[in-house]
Amino acid sequence: MADLSVKVCGVDFKNPIIPASGVFGYGREYEELFPLDKLGGIATKGTTLHLRTGNLAPRIAETPSGMLNSVGLQNPGIDHFIETELPYLLTKDLVVLANIAGSTPEECAQVAEKLEATDVHMIELNISCPNVKQGGAAFGTSCEMAAEVTRQVRKVTTKPLVVKLSPNVTSIADIAKSVEAAGADAVSLINTLLGMRIDINTGRPILRNNVGGMSGPAVFPIAVRMVWQVANAVKIPVIGMGGVSSGRDAIELMMAGASAVQVGAAIFTDPYAPVRIVEEMNEFLDSKGIASVRDIIGTVKPWT
Amino acid sequence: MKYTQGKYIITRKTAIAKEIYSFTIQCPEVAEVAQPGQFVHIRANGFTLRRPISICGIDKEKGTLRIVFEIRGEGTAEIAKLNEGDLVDMLAPLGHGFTVDSSFGKVVLIGGGIGTPPMLPLAQIYGGNATVISGFRNASAVILQDDFKKTGAETILCTDDGSAGIHGFVTESLRELAAKSGIGAVYACGPMPMLKGVAAICKENGVFCEISLEERMACGIGACLGCACRTVRNDEEYFAHVCKDGPVFKAEEVLW
Repeated sequence: MADLSVKVCGVDFKNPIIPASGVFGYGREYEELFPLDKLGGIATKGTTLHLRTGNLAPRIAETPSGMLNSVGLQNPGIDHFIETELPYLLTKDLVVLANIAGSTPEECAQVAEKLEATDVHMIELNISCPNVKQGGAAFGTSCEMAAEVTRQVRKVTTKPLVVKLSPNVTSIADIAKSVEAAGADAVSLINTLLGMRIDINTGRPILRNNVGGMSGPAVFPIAVRMVWQVANAVKIPVIGMGGVSSGRDAIELMMAGASAVQVGAAIFTDPYAPVRIVEEMNEFLDSKGIASVRDIIGTVKPWT
Repeated sequence: MKYTQGKYIITRKTAIAKEIYSFTIQCPEVAEVAQPGQFVHIRANGFTLRRPISICGIDKEKGTLRIVFEIRGEGTAEIAKLNEGDLVDMLAPLGHGFTVDSSFGKVVLIGGGIGTPPMLPLAQIYGGNATVISGFRNASAVILQDDFKKTGAETILCTDDGSAGIHGFVTESLRELAAKSGIGAVYACGPMPMLKGVAAICKENGVFCEISLEERMACGIGACLGCACRTVRNDEEYFAHVCKDGPVFKAEEVLW
């Protein structure tokens, strides 16, 4: 049995696997299938200052080896999260990353401020949601805006601050450097890639929002490349995600430089995916005689 | 247990109409808790998203479920390749089913096309107290009529082109029935325009009405919020989710 524990921003994870924000709600629905303490952590559904109803349906479309979504940050608001969902999650033995979002840097800071008095373990600031008209990816696609929103949130929180980055940019490494300089303790990547599908019988886009965020195995090589580029560009830890569906994928992302790994769309295909991935990582490490998963972080040997 | 995920053996597969298949699946723990109106979420080999399929039969004694589905696209085509003896990967039973209440007396079950299968478990419960109105494009698309007759329910068959049964829509037959008094409840599943028509007739006549909706879905259990549906609850607009709050809704709750 290999040692699967990792530490990110001083926070101990029993294993590196975290269901990604948006696929897992606040955990309740999946606890019907397995105990949440099998997970290293949970990134909660993106939560805003006030309740949001989200976009009209359809919000989901299948794509080759993946999917599109345009949920549009539907959530019950931060007060409900703090009163109802967070106390429940804090009774579980796992790291809680509260994923937060807002339409303006000030609104993001207000949400973070409300979490300051709670026992939440980490904040994951979403500056990369492709499905909302204001804020969201607009923050994540310019170095200046990404830095500004990070600075505003940094001012009001002492919690470890993870900034979740958009892949829909020319240089994700430059964005990562900007948020690092603005006070981020870690970055997580990649959020979904902007995509579109059209029903050729009706001429209508499948998503009511026309466009949506693409995820699933199809985006995995992009995630590996971006994690590698960012890990080489910043000194803060990188939490990797994007199309991970097996223990081998998770190992690969960690070799590229990720200190922990989030799992998203794979959970829709196999609801047990996060638990299975932990087991598969252990098997791989044992088969290679590697004592600790920490020993593989950033160990890719690039060709020169 | 509310729901579980597992691989279950297909004990019977039949093609019951063009591109429409019936599977009987041995899954005792699922059959034990399944309710009419719920659905199963089936993994299609090689696809990211599971496909939600309504439950067409629940046999708690034999420990089986029956599903009837149509090939709609590549995912359902993949599921249709499974054969007797193969394992099907299912997350089930899911969703909020129909309100079953013997005090309703006479009930009307309405199915449009591939929306007809979830009406069969209700017909089995209500038997002679049920009238089943089912509508199809044409004679070659007609399914499950013998199954409905075996339950003791009265059956009314409609086709859009008149090639079988009555030439016309299910809503016309419902309007005639609703004009006579004594209907306690109407249950319906089918295309949105049909459901909208059914809901309007029930509202006019003050009849309790539940409808089963369909939406593109990811998790199937209420976590991802993908399958949104605009509804009204306690006089407030509420974005419900077809997988968890539905697929069955009170017709009056749905914002069309």
